[in-house]
Amino acid sequence: MRETTIALTDRAPSPVGGAAPLGPPLLRIDRVSLRYDLPKGQSVLALDTVSIDVTGGEFAVIVGPSGCGKSSLLYLVAGLVEPSDGDIFLQGEAVRGPGAARGMVFQAYTLFPWLTVWENVEFGLRRRRMPAAERRPRVAHYLDEVGLTQFAEAYPKQLSGGMMQRVAIARALANDPQVLLMDEPFGALDSQTRLSMQKLLLRVWEHNHKTVLFVTHDIDEAILLGDRVLVMSPRPGRIQESIAVNLPRPRTLAMVMEPEFIAIKRQIVGLLHGVGEEEE
Amino acid sequence: MASPPRSRRSLAQRCLTPKAEIPRGIALSTGVGVWVLVIALWMLACYGGLANPIFLPSPDQVIGAAVRLAGDGRLGRDVWASVQVILLGFAVSSLFAVPVGLLMGTFGLVRAAVEPLTNFIRYLPVTSFVPLFILWIGIGLQERVTVIVFGTFFQQLVMIADVSRNVSGDLLNASYTLGANRRDAVLHVLGPASLPGVLDTLRVTMGWAWTYLVVAELVAASSGLGYISMQGLRGFQVDQIFMAIAIIGILGLITDQIFSLLRRWLAPWAA
Repeated sequence: MRETTIALTDRAPSPVGGAAPLGPPLLRIDRVSLRYDLPKGQSVLALDTVSIDVTGGEFAVIVGPSGCGKSSLLYLVAGLVEPSDGDIFLQGEAVRGPGAARGMVFQAYTLFPWLTVWENVEFGLRRRRMPAAERRPRVAHYLDEVGLTQFAEAYPKQLSGGMMQRVAIARALANDPQVLLMDEPFGALDSQTRLSMQKLLLRVWEHNHKTVLFVTHDIDEAILLGDRVLVMSPRPGRIQESIAVNLPRPRTLAMVMEPEFIAIKRQIVGLLHGVGEEEE
Repeated sequence: MASPPRSRRSLAQRCLTPKAEIPRGIALSTGVGVWVLVIALWMLACYGGLANPIFLPSPDQVIGAAVRLAGDGRLGRDVWASVQVILLGFAVSSLFAVPVGLLMGTFGLVRAAVEPLTNFIRYLPVTSFVPLFILWIGIGLQERVTVIVFGTFFQQLVMIADVSRNVSGDLLNASYTLGANRRDAVLHVLGPASLPGVLDTLRVTMGWAWTYLVVAELVAASSGLGYISMQGLRGFQVDQIFMAIAIIGILGLITDQIFSLLRRWLAPWAA
């Protein structure tokens, strides 16, 4: 497999990676590098000329070892960090700083503790001065999507970790971003909760087919959720391989037992750990 | 009376376990018990003839002093004088310290401008400035207010700057990805996120303000609780000194409770 790894540093006229997206990319990450300065004039290369094209409606997942810069990549797309080199385009327009078009769900709990669940979901809508009559059905809809209608008046401190992340998802979706960035959103949850969150996300995604760029270190999660899995190398992070996941949708948790799932998993494990590719 | 949830551990075990919750009734009665004990020891010392009444007045003498001073209107006047000075001084100090402190913790430029000077001034003992203030301002209300402002402002500034600096960057990032601009981030994230910490700071610094008040009144004043205390010393009326101390304590307790209520009312969402 190693030899077939596609060089991703060229500006590709055709979409980068193994999948065959249907239209022009909604999101283009174009030869982006990120270098952190250390004291004493040294610096660390966190991301090394990464290029990814994400098509509208695609669920793209980045998987990689910890410290490979996959979270940094999302922060770059969000506009919260500036790349040292390269550019990021959303619908052809270069990203300059954060904005509502690129919503994000963070690994850390980022609900505003002084706002109720309802007010949290409403936050972005209020910032753009949406009238109350328009806000109300939208907030209600997304709270219903994540099954938290009954907790509308609760404060975040009264919620469990999984519930807080569900609110964070509703909050990001209610704002109707063009791309939803998800940075290991279930990373802090226990494995049972994590499974039910994956199920919930699959269901919600079936309803809106939002363009998603999802980061995780969990291989099962990556395959289960993604149309495509981008495998990153250890630092400095590069895209090693882009693997199309052709499992049918709607996906179910039971699919982790299917041969195709296992074949993809074996391939990814091989890329990440250098094992499991011997029989192929 | 609702019975507390049964615990398998005995009460003694629970009380000795680090950080374990103890029943509310036990907490309350222990608090009251300690007060009763202190007063009982005091009474024992006085009425048992263990202490010289010139140095340690008995509870009834202290209450007598309060009644005496209240009777001729002096007590009310002096309490009001002190409360006036402390409210004024504290309000002026907080009015500037809260916004400047929040900006200091939020914007590096404000911090760079204000912090070095603040850190110099806040280590200067306020008491050493009292003679200077008397020279500049005289011994009126303004001088005492100045002492309080000078004593609390710089402390508040640093503490409130810390509060806003400690607001999680993740919350700000989340707001930006939801479309907040910088103004929104300050008004709708940093502001509310800092509120509980600001109230805590005000509560703590209010206690210090009482200290500076008494310092100012002891040195130069013609009214106030510190002044009564000083009069008590001159006339060798120890009961009057005790009364002044007790009233300051009670007023302190009341302001503390007010801040505690304020926090629960304004920031019920905070832990």
